[in-house]
Amino acid sequence: MRRMITATVQNQSGVLQRITSVLTKRQFNIESISVGHAHTQELSKVTIVVEVEDHRKVEQLIKQLHKQIDILKVIDITELALVARELALVKVAATPQMRSEVTVLIQPFRASIIDVSSETITIEVTGNHEKVEALLELLRPYGITDIARTGLTAMTRGTQRTVHSFVSSSII
Amino acid sequence: MKASFVAEKERKKTTTMSGAEMLMEALEAQQVDVIFGYPGGAVLPIYDALYKRNLQHILTRHEQGAIHAAQGYARVTGKAGVVIATSGPGATNLVTGIADAMIDSLPLVIFTGQVATSVIGTDAFQEADIVGITMPITKHNVQVQKPEDLPRMIAEAFHIAQTGRPGPVVIDIPKDVSTALGDYESHPPVSLPGYEPTVRPNVLQVKRLMEAVTNAKRPVILAGAGVLVAKGEEALRNFAEQYHIPVANTLLGLGTFPYNHDLFLGMAGMHGTYAANMALYDCDLLIGIGARFDDRLTGNLNHFASKATIAHIDIDPAEIGKIIEPTIPIVGCAKQTLQTMLALETERGETQEWVATLANYKEHYPLWYDTSEEVLKPQQLLQLVHEETKGEAVVTTDVGQHQMWSAQYYGFTKPNRWVTSGGLGTMGFGFPAAIGAKMGKPDLPVVAIVGDGGFQMTLQELSVLQERQLAVIVIIVNNQSLGMVRQWQQIFYEERYSQSLLPVQPDFVKLAEAYNIPAATVSTPQEVRTHVAKALHSKGPYLLDCRVASDENVYPMIAPGQGIHQMLGVKK
Ligand SMILES: Cc1ncc(C[n+]2csc(CCOP(=O)(O)OP(=O)(O)O)c2C)c(N)n1
Ligand SMILES: [Mg+2]
Repeated sequence: MRRMITATVQNQSGVLQRITSVLTKRQFNIESISVGHAHTQELSKVTIVVEVEDHRKVEQLIKQLHKQIDILKVIDITELALVARELALVKVAATPQMRSEVTVLIQPFRASIIDVSSETITIEVTGNHEKVEALLELLRPYGITDIARTGLTAMTRGTQRTVHSFVSSSII
Repeated sequence: MKASFVAEKERKKTTTMSGAEMLMEALEAQQVDVIFGYPGGAVLPIYDALYKRNLQHILTRHEQGAIHAAQGYARVTGKAGVVIATSGPGATNLVTGIADAMIDSLPLVIFTGQVATSVIGTDAFQEADIVGITMPITKHNVQVQKPEDLPRMIAEAFHIAQTGRPGPVVIDIPKDVSTALGDYESHPPVSLPGYEPTVRPNVLQVKRLMEAVTNAKRPVILAGAGVLVAKGEEALRNFAEQYHIPVANTLLGLGTFPYNHDLFLGMAGMHGTYAANMALYDCDLLIGIGARFDDRLTGNLNHFASKATIAHIDIDPAEIGKIIEPTIPIVGCAKQTLQTMLALETERGETQEWVATLANYKEHYPLWYDTSEEVLKPQQLLQLVHEETKGEAVVTTDVGQHQMWSAQYYGFTKPNRWVTSGGLGTMGFGFPAAIGAKMGKPDLPVVAIVGDGGFQMTLQELSVLQERQLAVIVIIVNNQSLGMVRQWQQIFYEERYSQSLLPVQPDFVKLAEAYNIPAATVSTPQEVRTHVAKALHSKGPYLLDCRVASDENVYPMIAPGQGIHQMLGVKK
């Protein structure tokens, strides 16, 4: 199962290495990881997407991460009401003749063309994982020559619908 | 206003000092009574600051010796062992000990020198990224960027190392940080928002556990080193006696419960006793306290306590559910949890029949070995050492057969006298660990039980014994082989003894004599008695090369993949 985990960490050098070190040591497969400053300069927010076998494995991962002194908070937000976004830049081999076709195609995705050359156009798209995947599928037949993705970053919504079974580090 | 400003300035002026001086101040503030270390380029300023101080420093002859000594010190005192090593090779020589301390939860504070900040990242002379290297094997590690940060980082390091589940903390100090001047703060605020160990157990879970205790007919306690860390031996004993529940130990948990107690089953696991292993197999309630269900203990998990309600008490939440999903999870300090359990004064379960069954196992399936008139048996050697030291010694070991025989036959009545490398299984650990143990407990006899193989990995520390005249008795269990490897090759590889026999050996007695350490070769029970008594009496170092049977195996034994009830060699 795919789990989305956010960690609030002290913005110290090496903290990302600490996280990947825990993941490697405990044999977890990282699908994506994204890092950036949190609301204050001293903190960073890390969003990790991992593929795990079962709930026990996620719980183990959360606990192991939480043991790190520089990691303040770890939450599995997969089942919470949340907003999750990823940004992708896609370079497509599109001749000038095909450009309008692509422009129409990407419109429903609210994607935009941010660079044009004689042989290629570069498209920027933001959205959840599924949306980005869907657009990539549609663009593939035109010939994608390069992709850069940020990986998912996420945040829980201000209002939660119900109280979900909420796997956090502070069990029991 | 003006006056206080001046006073403030005055205070600061008087406390301006170099990073190296700050390190010394901070170590004194922590009441460190001994440092184990080895100098080198990157720590020259630190050693220069040390030169002017009254701090005791043990110069081992290899950094691995320093860190194992610090581990031995930590194990017997419960205080953090302190280590200093230089950058690059000095620091990398510590890696084995750091990993060992991590997996066996020993508190250490380790200072490594580093090249100057201006050249970090340039592959400078003796540069190694020790923070990166030790990240997965430390409880925490940091590199100091400016001297002012040192006092706080050191205070935090001691706090982290010694609280919760203890572990090693590395502080990497670039050379220019050691020499740079800064303002020393004697009582730096420790602020670790990401670190708050849960000490007090959840009372609801404890109540559930006590209900299970009342209902259990076949309960057993598995006590590990977490009980020692928490100083919970007395609470454990009170609880076991009060509720009439038998106790088995992990390898590292030996000493939490007296070996000669009626309720004691012995060590469990790969070379555990029949009674302990069968109890873990057959129980209906397993109470694991400060133990992490290591694979050498559990054997095949499908057979481990498979009929039992499992309660797991540990201060490290990550241990709970890591190997076994308990029915009753309790995060908390072992001692406080046991005290909370006792305070609930629940009804006893009906355990008489079970205790009688296990007593019967103890009587009919005890540890055994064939005695011999011709050759000294290693098991007998350990029994004799127990007798001569009245079971009062601090015993350290290497890794291998002699380690298992020590665990099986020495018999501990008191806590914190058993020092062994359990999780990592580090050969060469025992001898330097004994040096540290002696520094920590100078009034107790200290015996290093080492293999003829393992001793040769760290024997250069004989220099320390000579120099300090430390009363450590080195007992080489000389079976002229890498015995544990030989045993596996005999049993699982059709006696193909690939690289495991050591027929050619140094003359260990002459070797000791080269260091001016009294030594003897012994090969009979009487000689063992005589020389151990003499060694104890001498109050100085002593080495015994004990020639024991070379083809003896450790039994019982659970073969890899087998269940805890599937022991080989239970009976002759
Ligand atoms: C550093 C290290 N290298 C290798 C091993 C693997 N190993 C485990 S026990 C053993 C044999 C130890 O021989 P010895 O020290 O003579 O002890 P004995 O088993 O004979 O009592 C070996 C090689 C180890 N545990 N540690
Ligand atoms: Mg040997």
